[in-house]
Amino acid sequence: MLEDIAIRARQNIGLVTAILLFCIFYLLYNLAHPRGFSSAVLVQNGDEIFALAMLAMAQTVPVLASGLDLSVGAVMTMVACFASYLLTGTAGGTPLHVEIFGLDLGLGTFPGGITGILLGIAVCLAIGALAGFINGCVVVYGRIQPIIATLATGAVYIGIALFLRPTPGGKIDEDLNWALTNSLGDFASTVHILDDGAAAWFAPFAWIPVPFVLLALIALLVWVPFRRSVLGRAVYAVGSAEGAAYMSGLPIERAKIAAFTLAGFFAGCGGLFLAIQTSSGNADIPQAGAYTLNSIASVVIGGTSLLGGTGSAIGSIFGAMILRVISFFFRIFDIAPLLQPLFEGLILLAAVSIGALRVLRVRNTLELFR
Amino acid sequence: MQDAVPTQSAFLTLSGISKRYAGVRALEGVDFACQRGKIHAVLGENGAGKSTLIKIIAGVVQPDAGTMYLAGNNVSFATPSAANAAGVVCIFQELSLMPDLSVADNISIASPPRRFGLIDAGAQRRRAEELLAEIGCEDVNPLTRVGDLPLSRRQVVEIAKALGKRPQLLILDEATSALTSADVEKVYAMLARLKSNGVAILYISHRMHEVEALADRASVFRNGRHIETFDKGARSTADIVQLMIGRDIAAQYPAKPPRKPAKPVLALENLSWEKHLDRISLSVGASEIVGLGGLDGQGQKSLLLALFGVLRGITGRIMVEGREVRPGSPAAAKSVGIALVPEDRKTEGLMLPMSIADNLAIASLNAISTGPFVDRAKEDAAVKRSIARLQIKIGTPTDAVSTLSGGNQQKVVLAKWLMTEPDIILLNDPTRGIDVGTKQELYRLMRELADQGAAILFYSTDYDELIGCCDRVAIMYDGRIVRELEGDDLTETNIIASSLNVHAATSASAAAGTAHA
Repeated sequence: MLEDIAIRARQNIGLVTAILLFCIFYLLYNLAHPRGFSSAVLVQNGDEIFALAMLAMAQTVPVLASGLDLSVGAVMTMVACFASYLLTGTAGGTPLHVEIFGLDLGLGTFPGGITGILLGIAVCLAIGALAGFINGCVVVYGRIQPIIATLATGAVYIGIALFLRPTPGGKIDEDLNWALTNSLGDFASTVHILDDGAAAWFAPFAWIPVPFVLLALIALLVWVPFRRSVLGRAVYAVGSAEGAAYMSGLPIERAKIAAFTLAGFFAGCGGLFLAIQTSSGNADIPQAGAYTLNSIASVVIGGTSLLGGTGSAIGSIFGAMILRVISFFFRIFDIAPLLQPLFEGLILLAAVSIGALRVLRVRNTLELFR
Repeated sequence: MQDAVPTQSAFLTLSGISKRYAGVRALEGVDFACQRGKIHAVLGENGAGKSTLIKIIAGVVQPDAGTMYLAGNNVSFATPSAANAAGVVCIFQELSLMPDLSVADNISIASPPRRFGLIDAGAQRRRAEELLAEIGCEDVNPLTRVGDLPLSRRQVVEIAKALGKRPQLLILDEATSALTSADVEKVYAMLARLKSNGVAILYISHRMHEVEALADRASVFRNGRHIETFDKGARSTADIVQLMIGRDIAAQYPAKPPRKPAKPVLALENLSWEKHLDRISLSVGASEIVGLGGLDGQGQKSLLLALFGVLRGITGRIMVEGREVRPGSPAAAKSVGIALVPEDRKTEGLMLPMSIADNLAIASLNAISTGPFVDRAKEDAAVKRSIARLQIKIGTPTDAVSTLSGGNQQKVVLAKWLMTEPDIILLNDPTRGIDVGTKQELYRLMRELADQGAAILFYSTDYDELIGCCDRVAIMYDGRIVRELEGDDLTETNIIASSLNVHAATSASAAAGTAHA
């Protein structure tokens, strides 16, 4: 039993390091913050972390299968633009229309009210998953390397986003924005459950920020079952040794498509939240790029190997949180914005180097190449 | 024929199977049959068509012509999983394991036990434990990552994985080549059990004594054709070798020249490393081939790696030509005239997608460069010389090295190092998975190199080879050299006894063990 625990700890050393690092950073942050350890700070952090954490999870799945997905930021942006049309919550519904080649085509009315919002959320997530599915099909059936395939499809998705929102705009239902970007108590009072959040047993939980709850739910209800499914296992197998996976009779093509589809779904979750948080849709190209690159950094900090086969989306969530906490520090210590990229880069290098420390312990240098 | 006993009739029948790769004939009109409850050896040199035959049976490649019957039904397998579903399971020479997944994950990879649609980790682990116990290797923890296991244990996992598919026809392609002697015994016992349960077994091995010990029937292939099938004992080993290579071979091993005292080129004094090497003292003289023997995993590989600068934290002294050296990297080892033919030629020996010429020249680029640029004319000449010297069978030197057969790939690895003109040549089981003909060429080459003054340290898992090739053999046990055998003492009995450390030296080594503790 003890031996088993030792083995597991050794195999998940990257994850353990990321969690420890995050705990230390976040503790220091709260100690330094004038209103540290308060629900308000936690809520604000949760809102700022959520989208990147989702993108980090999104990036993890293709990386586990030895692929990179350069379109996660684009998918996020595209879904956010869709959300700014579909989640307006206008009573009586929103008329949808597109203008192509000077023709104004009516697309009927998207329902309003609570049904409209739930349907809108479902449609947005489906769009994200569909974008990922298309990525997977291009990679598998087009036999194109993931990095190039997603570079191209990412440009297409950004194009669609620009078509939807040539300038920032749109609107998100205010209640939806309020309910999802604050604490559980605010959520309950907005959607009128648990006596508007006044139920006695609920009080000890009312301070928890909704974004963290959503993050935990998505991790538990989507990632954990996926990891324990045959398809999830196949994703790890493909990343570890594709030839061996094929010879073992695993569904390699389905696994790859599933990896990219799940990435699209996670990126869609991120986009949806971004739209809700900012109450608008914005086809911001630099932002999409920055999110994509930060998602890759999060994956690495979270202990997932870019070579595929080892790691987990949970680690990536912590990786994303570490990245975000680093930028929180700049606010507290009032570092000039122009210096921030420099510090961010240096801290990122230092954080990634921790994972490389094992190199010093290796006694058989041949192991470094395995 | 309706009431024919199933074990007596053919279980698998191939008729008229042909296969070509890019116009090159791999199999031509092969008729072949094997039965339930029999171990059927398939013999032949590399390139004889054995691999293609197995790949067709296992659904990895499709034949161009011919039919295949399994238990009387016409079958053709589009994928390995289709073959598995029909009870045809193959343990391939190239391991089919995923290094980043655990042993338990790997064993149940294709059809894991599930609960509520998700993989049941507990049941999966119990299954792995049961299957490993079936082979008698309970010491492998199912949670361990396969990549963290030594090659010999990985092969055990590979066998457990195949066993878990409950095969009707089990194909072993060099499946025991990396096993330790103790594990080989366990695998034999397992095969005997499967056989008595009516499983048909196809067994491919280059080790003749394995074939003799195991097989009920044997088929010889040559140049893509089925030459002959015969029952156990119907043919002598010499006959079989004759059938396989279709030409006479003078002697298995080149004659050893008379021993004369030589000054040591390589001398080790109290070399220790971690738990794997324990105060090794050994010398290898010019023109001498010294073997490293003993059971697998007693530190032989670590010793070779230590000499080649791969290991950190070594204590003790390494003397080359009387001067102490301390190579900190393979590059440093190379510069003092040491060469190593590594354990795994596909990952450590060769850059598979690069050309034969590039691979040959890669270790001696300095010698063929002018300033920072590689001199193409010198490179071409050097490559041509090497190919001729080792008689490597190739199309053109610009072909990818991955297109060569295993034996020729190994020749490329050796040739690459010979181009650096080393004084000390370290060989790590260089004949693993190589056909008889190429093995003999390698033996001859080793002796030639020794005659030209090289000092050779040769690790092999094959005792015959050690006896046939070496002037002296050092037997390792638990990181120590327990005995050095030479001359008339160099017999299989002595090697085995020393390998198990059951010789008269026991008391001395026990004392050493206490001192060490």
